[in-house]
This record gives sequence, C-alpha cells and structure tokens, in this order.
Amino acid sequence: MTRRTWSLRLFEALLPIAAVLLAFAIGAVLLLALGENPLEAYWTLISGAFGSVAGLAATLTKMTPLILVGLGIVISFRGGVINIGGEGQLIIGALGATAFALAFSSWPGWLLLPLTLIMGALAGAFWGGIAGSLKAWLNVNEILSTVMLNSIALLLVNWLLRGPLLDPAQKAAGTNIPQTAAIPESTWLPRLIPRTQLHAGLLLALVLAVLVYFLLWRTTLGYRIRTVGLNPSAARYAGIPVPFYVALSLVLGGAFAGLAGAVEVMGLHHRMLEGLSGGYGFSGIVAALFGKLHPIGLIPASFFFGGLLVGADKMQRAIQVPSALITVINGMVVMFVVASDLYVRRAKRRYSAEAMSSIGESAAPPAAGDGTAAELVP
Amino acid sequence: MFEQLFTVTAIVGIIHSGIRLATPYLFASLGEMFAQRSGVVNLGVEGIMLMGAFSGYYVVLITGNPWLGLLVALIVGALLGLLMAVISVTMQAEQGISGIGLTLFGVGLSSLLFKVLVGSPTGVSGFQPVEIPVLSSIPIIGDLFFDYEIPTYIAFLLVPISLYVLMRTTLGLKIRAVGQNPQAADSLGVSVPRVRYATVIFGGAMAGVAGASLSIGIIDIFQENMTNGMGFIAVALVYFGGWRPLGVLAGALLFSMVNSLQLWAQVLNLPISPDFAVMLPYILTIVVLALTARQIRQPAALTKPYERGD
Repeated sequence: MTRRTWSLRLFEALLPIAAVLLAFAIGAVLLLALGENPLEAYWTLISGAFGSVAGLAATLTKMTPLILVGLGIVISFRGGVINIGGEGQLIIGALGATAFALAFSSWPGWLLLPLTLIMGALAGAFWGGIAGSLKAWLNVNEILSTVMLNSIALLLVNWLLRGPLLDPAQKAAGTNIPQTAAIPESTWLPRLIPRTQLHAGLLLALVLAVLVYFLLWRTTLGYRIRTVGLNPSAARYAGIPVPFYVALSLVLGGAFAGLAGAVEVMGLHHRMLEGLSGGYGFSGIVAALFGKLHPIGLIPASFFFGGLLVGADKMQRAIQVPSALITVINGMVVMFVVASDLYVRRAKRRYSAEAMSSIGESAAPPAAGDGTAAELVP
Repeated sequence: MFEQLFTVTAIVGIIHSGIRLATPYLFASLGEMFAQRSGVVNLGVEGIMLMGAFSGYYVVLITGNPWLGLLVALIVGALLGLLMAVISVTMQAEQGISGIGLTLFGVGLSSLLFKVLVGSPTGVSGFQPVEIPVLSSIPIIGDLFFDYEIPTYIAFLLVPISLYVLMRTTLGLKIRAVGQNPQAADSLGVSVPRVRYATVIFGGAMAGVAGASLSIGIIDIFQENMTNGMGFIAVALVYFGGWRPLGVLAGALLFSMVNSLQLWAQVLNLPISPDFAVMLPYILTIVVLALTARQIRQPAALTKPYERGD
C-alpha cells in the first residue's frame, strides 16, 4: 500500500470526526442562543458518560444494543437496502424472545437461554423480511415500508402489553402497568460488573461484530450481498439472484435488531415493557454511518454514541438541559457524514486518475456517483 | 354493532373531519411532489413538519397572530428545505439517509425548543373555522364543505394550482424535464441545480406550513413528536399518487378518511381496539404501495444526484 492510499484512508477516517465536531459546535451555538452554558452542558455530558466506573458501565450497557442494531444496519446498507426499521425489528425481537421465554419457562436454562436469543433474532428477521420481500419482489420502497412497520410494531406491542401479555400480577393488583411478567431467571444474561447493569450481551455483540466482518468479506454470501449493494445490474449480469439478496439483507438486518431486543430483555429489563427500544433503531444508524459501515468501526462508534445517550440523561437530570439535544446532534452527524462523502469520492477519483496517468494510460475518470447507498462504502 | 356509524350526524362528522385532516397531508405531499418531480426525494418532511408545527405554535403563543405563525412556519420550512437542497443537490449526498438525518434534527430541535421555551403543553388560539356566507347555510352540504379553518381551504386550492403549474407552465416543464432527463435539460440550458433548489425549498416551505396547519389550525397545541409519522406518510402519498396532483389528492383523502373513521370509532365507542384502529393507515400505506409500486413510472432521475460531465 502506497503512502497515497494511506493518506486517503486517513482523510476518510477523519471526516466523520470532523462531522461530530461541527455538530457539537453548532449545538453549542444553539445552547448559547437558548441561554444555556454549552461548556457546562458538554462537560456534564462527557463526564457523565465516561468519567466514572458507573458511567462507563452504563455507556457499555447502551453500547451493546447499538452494536447489534448497527450490525444489522451495516449488512442492510452494504446490500444497498436502506433499513430504517431497526426500531420495529428490535421491538418485535424483544417481543418474540419474551413470549418464548414465558411460554417455555419450565425448560432447562442451558436450552432455554440460547433458544430465547434465537427466537428474538428470528422474530426480528421476520419483521425485516416483510419489508425485504416487499422490496425484492413488489418494488416497494424499503424506507417507507420500514418506517410504517416501526409504527405498526409499536402499536401491536402497546396492545399486547395491555391485553394478552399483561403481567398477571399487575392485573391481579389492578395497577395495570403495561409490561409482561418477568422471564425465568435461567434466561437472564449474567452481569459482568456487580452492582451495575453491564451484562454479557456486550461480549456477544463484540463476537458478532467480528463474525459479521468475516461474513461480509470472507464468504461468498457476503461477497454477493456487497455486490448487489454496489451494482445491482452487474450482479444480475453475473448471475446473482438480486431479489433474493435484497430480501436477505433486510432479513439479516432484522435478525440483528431482533437480537438486540432479545438481549435488552434478557440482560437488562428481564421483561418486555413500553419504551424498550429507546430509539436504538435510529441511533444504530448514526453509529453505523459513523463507523463507515464497517462492523469493526462500529465498535468505537457505538461506544461513543452509547456514551452520548448516557451523558444526555445525566445532563438532563443534573442541569436540566433537555436530552433532545443529542437527537439534534445525531441528526446533524448523519447529514454531515453523508454530505462529506462527496470529498471522499472526489479524492478517490483524483487518486485513481493520477494512478492511471502515472502508468501511462489516458486518465479516464470513473462515472459520476449516482448517490446510492453503495456510494457510502469506502 | 356498527349501526351508530350510519347516522347522518356520524357520516357528516366523519367526512368533515376527514377533509380537515387531509390539510397537513395535502400541503406536505404536494410540496414533496414537486421536489420528487425534479428528482429529489426529501425524507426530512417529518422533521420539517415538526419544526413548522413548533415555530407556528410558538409565534401564535407569543403574538396571538395565526397568520404570522403560518408565515414563520413557511420560512422555517423553506430554510430546512434549503439545508436539504445543499446536502442533496450541491453535496450530492444519498437522499434517503440525509433525509433521515434531517428528520432526527427536526424531531430533536422542535422538542428541545419546546422544552426550553415553553415547557408544558399550553393551548393557543389559532385559525378559527370560517363559514363561507350563504353556501355554509345549505343543509348538510354547508356543513360538509364550507366550514373549515383557512389552511384547509388553501390546501385544497393548492391542488388545481399545482396541477396548472406542473403541467401548463414553462416552470413545470423544466421541473419535469430535470427529473426525467437532467442531461437533456442541462443541454437545453436549464440549470438542474437551480430547479432542484427551488423545488426542494418549496417542498420544505409546504412541509413547514403542513406542520403549522396542525398546531395552529386543527388542534391548536404543540406536543413533542406530534406529527407521529405523518411526514413519512406524506412522502408515501407522492408514490401512491403516481407523482400527480390529483393522485396525491385522492391518496390524502383516503388516508384522512381512514384516520377520521378511526377517531369516530373511538368517539362512538365501537368495539375496535384503538391500537388496531390507529394501525390501519400504516397498513394501508404498505398495501397500497405494494399494489401500485410495480405499474407506476417514477421520475427517471429520482434520487440520482446530477453532476455535469466535463
């Protein structure tokens, strides 16, 4: 690898960081305009997330679902499918896992625990598969269908938590807090640090991140998913059944989001309740983009954005700056990262043009980017 | 058990609130239709609607003037449309993802501003229903068609205006050309970026008005995330309507009627779970998209950034 390619890579890696800094700078101006002290707000945010063992443990706990949802986003986006449905897939996954663990609570833990995880993934895969099949075979825009499926999932769970799945103890006591009964203790994921909420789901997420890397870059399946994402017509010409891989990208995306839901239930809440998704479906997209749609890059990205979520809560409680600030910053990060991609494309084009001319051929610039999801791929 | 639905009062009521509820969909979808006709999908409509809803509401809360609120919502929407245009036209970014970014931005910012500047939900006195003289006194017909807030009348007027501009003016021809074949339009001297900036900014302005039509027209209050996915349905309606104003009108009415039916079902205590009733429009969107997506021809350059060759 030449020095030129390295500087290109460095440039690419620095752009998301520049995007975050710019977003925070604009956030600071906003806070000033609203009469808040941005330095105090950001200091509370950063120290709340990373400044203590408890804060770090909370950050790592939030990082877990972000990695899992993010892995699903990485696979979907790499497959050329813009999956906005992480939120719904996560809820349905949590629902599937909870219902399964409650229904078969008498089974031994060594069997029930892995099966519960798998049921969560399968439920999420099913939910992703609806949008995937609609796109693959009926040409339904996946962004719209996944957004609609998010709302449907939310309403479905609202109904189930107030009706068929309502905790019998709540019903008996007449309190009717919309949540299910606790799942059997044998399905709880072990805690990693005593007196914190950090659980073994993090290890699972880290292992899966490595596996997804191998899936995408070391297997035929992954190669085909990426080819379909980069250039569907070339993939079709090469004999790859494009609709199948389009559907598969969303099935896998849903499976990982569903697994995130199962892990949230089994590691954290030990039951299904309202508001369980916590916006991970969207923050997972932010983390995946920040990690340059790479499973390994996703790990530090999830650590950072998990930390922002923890710090934002702290900020809201300690100095009453609304945690919605983080949603604003996340939105700006997404816009800036996607927009800055233009510079990466230009740098690459310049680089390849120079490489071409240096080997004595006429410099034929590649065709202009058509701005599909594949354009984001480094 | 559904006989309560089949009374004159209920039917008139359902149609009346259906027409009212079509207002935000019409503004947002017609604006988005122009953006998409020129080749840009703006998925930030949801976020822009929320910002429009908040800014319109806030201005009315301070000044008590709904017209000023509507104007400010329009300007805020246009500015956010400008942001989307910079990202998607100048920076040639992937439109789906940048739109989601814009939505997150709008959801977060409207909620942040509401919490800091207002705090707790407070009602305002927005646009009041205007009865059209004489016409509104016709029995039933008067109640059905001539008794709405100003934004509703404007929204429905926008349909023939859009149709005229899109199909009968040079501007409309330019917009359609840029969305269909930007290279050809460019070679004929039409500035592709300028047309796209114009349509995306207009779409943003209309999304801002759509939000305000909710917060200072239909329900006269702002709540965090009050649009609750309407912006995305508005984008879906453009696909549903086949990128044509009358199609968009039909889609908007279908949706708002289902919504209205769902609200009335709750008012009349019909034995339907509200969760499932609220779910209906979303399921309907998916089904309709599935049924229509194959036949309809979308603008050929939709979602494709344009860059001049050397």
